[in-house]
Amino acid sequence: MADLSALYQEVILDHNRRPRNFAVLEDADHQSEGFNALCGDRVTVYLKLKGSVVDEISFQGSGCAISMASASIMTESLKGRTVEEVKALFERFHQLVTGNLDSEDHSEPDLGKLVVFEGVSRYPVRVKCATLTWHTLRAALEKRNEVVSTE
Amino acid sequence: MSFSTTARNHHPCVSEGLNPGRIRRDFPILSRKVHGKPLAYLDNAATSQKPQQVIDAVSRYYSRTNANIQRGVHLLSVQATDAYEATRERVRKFLNATRAEEIVFVRSTTEAVNLVAQTAGRSILGPGDEVIVSRMEHHSNIVPWQMLCQEKGARLRVIPVSGRGELLLDEYEKLLNPRTRIVAVTHVSNVLGTVNPVRKMVEMAHGHGALVLLDGAQAVPHLEVDVQELDCDFYCFSGHKIYGPTGIGILYGKWNHLESMPPYQGGGEMIRSVSFEKTTYNEPPHKFEGGTPNIAGGVALAAALDYLENLGLDRVAAYENELLEYATSRLSQVSGLRLIGTAPSKAAVLSFVLDEVHPHDMGTILDLEGVAIRTGHHCAQPLMDYYGLPATARASLAFYNTREEIDALCRGLEKVMEVFE
Repeated sequence: MADLSALYQEVILDHNRRPRNFAVLEDADHQSEGFNALCGDRVTVYLKLKGSVVDEISFQGSGCAISMASASIMTESLKGRTVEEVKALFERFHQLVTGNLDSEDHSEPDLGKLVVFEGVSRYPVRVKCATLTWHTLRAALEKRNEVVSTE
Repeated sequence: MSFSTTARNHHPCVSEGLNPGRIRRDFPILSRKVHGKPLAYLDNAATSQKPQQVIDAVSRYYSRTNANIQRGVHLLSVQATDAYEATRERVRKFLNATRAEEIVFVRSTTEAVNLVAQTAGRSILGPGDEVIVSRMEHHSNIVPWQMLCQEKGARLRVIPVSGRGELLLDEYEKLLNPRTRIVAVTHVSNVLGTVNPVRKMVEMAHGHGALVLLDGAQAVPHLEVDVQELDCDFYCFSGHKIYGPTGIGILYGKWNHLESMPPYQGGGEMIRSVSFEKTTYNEPPHKFEGGTPNIAGGVALAAALDYLENLGLDRVAAYENELLEYATSRLSQVSGLRLIGTAPSKAAVLSFVLDEVHPHDMGTILDLEGVAIRTGHHCAQPLMDYYGLPATARASLAFYNTREEIDALCRGLEKVMEVFE
């Protein structure tokens, strides 16, 4: 079970059971829908910016534990960050879950709680689950209105 | 399990059950380990594993016979052509078609459906006409018809299913009308395992003058098919789901249809003569077989059919049915587990969901236990929508699976529950 607990960390299971910021944001100024054809995950990300800072962020959807927890922890991690920081954080998160993060690299932004997804790097087919909501967020920021697919 | 076709007893010793221990030795891949655990391969509806006899047929073909077919004068070309054409006859016998020329080689079931849609379908469908499919179709038996209907201004109509996963024949009867040109339904559902009453459905469609295509991809590995008895106009299946290679598939079509259908892809082999003024086409089945085909795949498909018929499809069905009953009873005891697809007439496919656990998470945890299942929408999103599910987990069985592997699946599901409790 050693392998399993690296993937399904308690924090991930907790966020899957009780996702945070799981709501429709009525007055969102950015929103986008994402779809993972592999497992049928669907997520909608809602965003409200104040200037270039994330003022409010939420999501709705259904999917596997990895995708739901990733969406939940992402929303927690991004409130108050600038759009540039969000993009830099996605870059580092992507490196983390694909096993390409240099462990000596302590540059900002710090991944914080997002490090719980490190175990995903050992399950390449699950990378899409972990990154779906991030791809969807990026599309929302770019104000693309089409459905995002991880395919 | 009741079949839409009458059992023909090929095998002399039907009463003797299969010996899975001996059979498994024919399938080298079944002895490998995954993540340090013995492999329990329960994803046969996606693709089946191959016996040594099929692997050897591919190897022997390339080691001894390889040449291009149909036109060569040299010995290898003659032998390769003979071997390939012998497979056509082998498939004819397997489906009990009237003549070998009714067997068209394609890449896959998907290509077979597209071929019929783009040739017969395109010539007979007009604006306002109707094509009927069912709610439980694989995307490959929906999308080609949807594309054709859009092109022709025709209407795609859908036979609904019951909660247990049976087609509603009363509703089907109501859908049939003089505008119905084509009915395209699956013989066995890849998600639910339901064996559909296709013989009756063909009769009903013919009563309204419609052509019927049956998707047999999930049927032929599990039950005997007699296309004359079914009286279907087209029947298709894939080699790789019936213990043969990928990249080879079969389209059966009644001779008179094949003769009157326009060609599919233009190219070599499908022509009789070519000039810039006028090209005349070859006879069926060659009219539909432009391009050098998957010759080794075809030759090895014959080896797969030999293997299966040597086991005896009736014995295979009896064994798989027993295993299905065991798996159904074991899975039903798993708390929080719900089986999707509980029709009385089923092939050995078990779709299920667990409360609070997404199928994809189940799939990963089971994989670490050596248990290979499929999770997702199984290329049948309209069916998933009907059940209000984004995905299911699916265990699909073959004659080489054992009760021990079902037990491994159940133990794996207990691990899933431990993680997600």
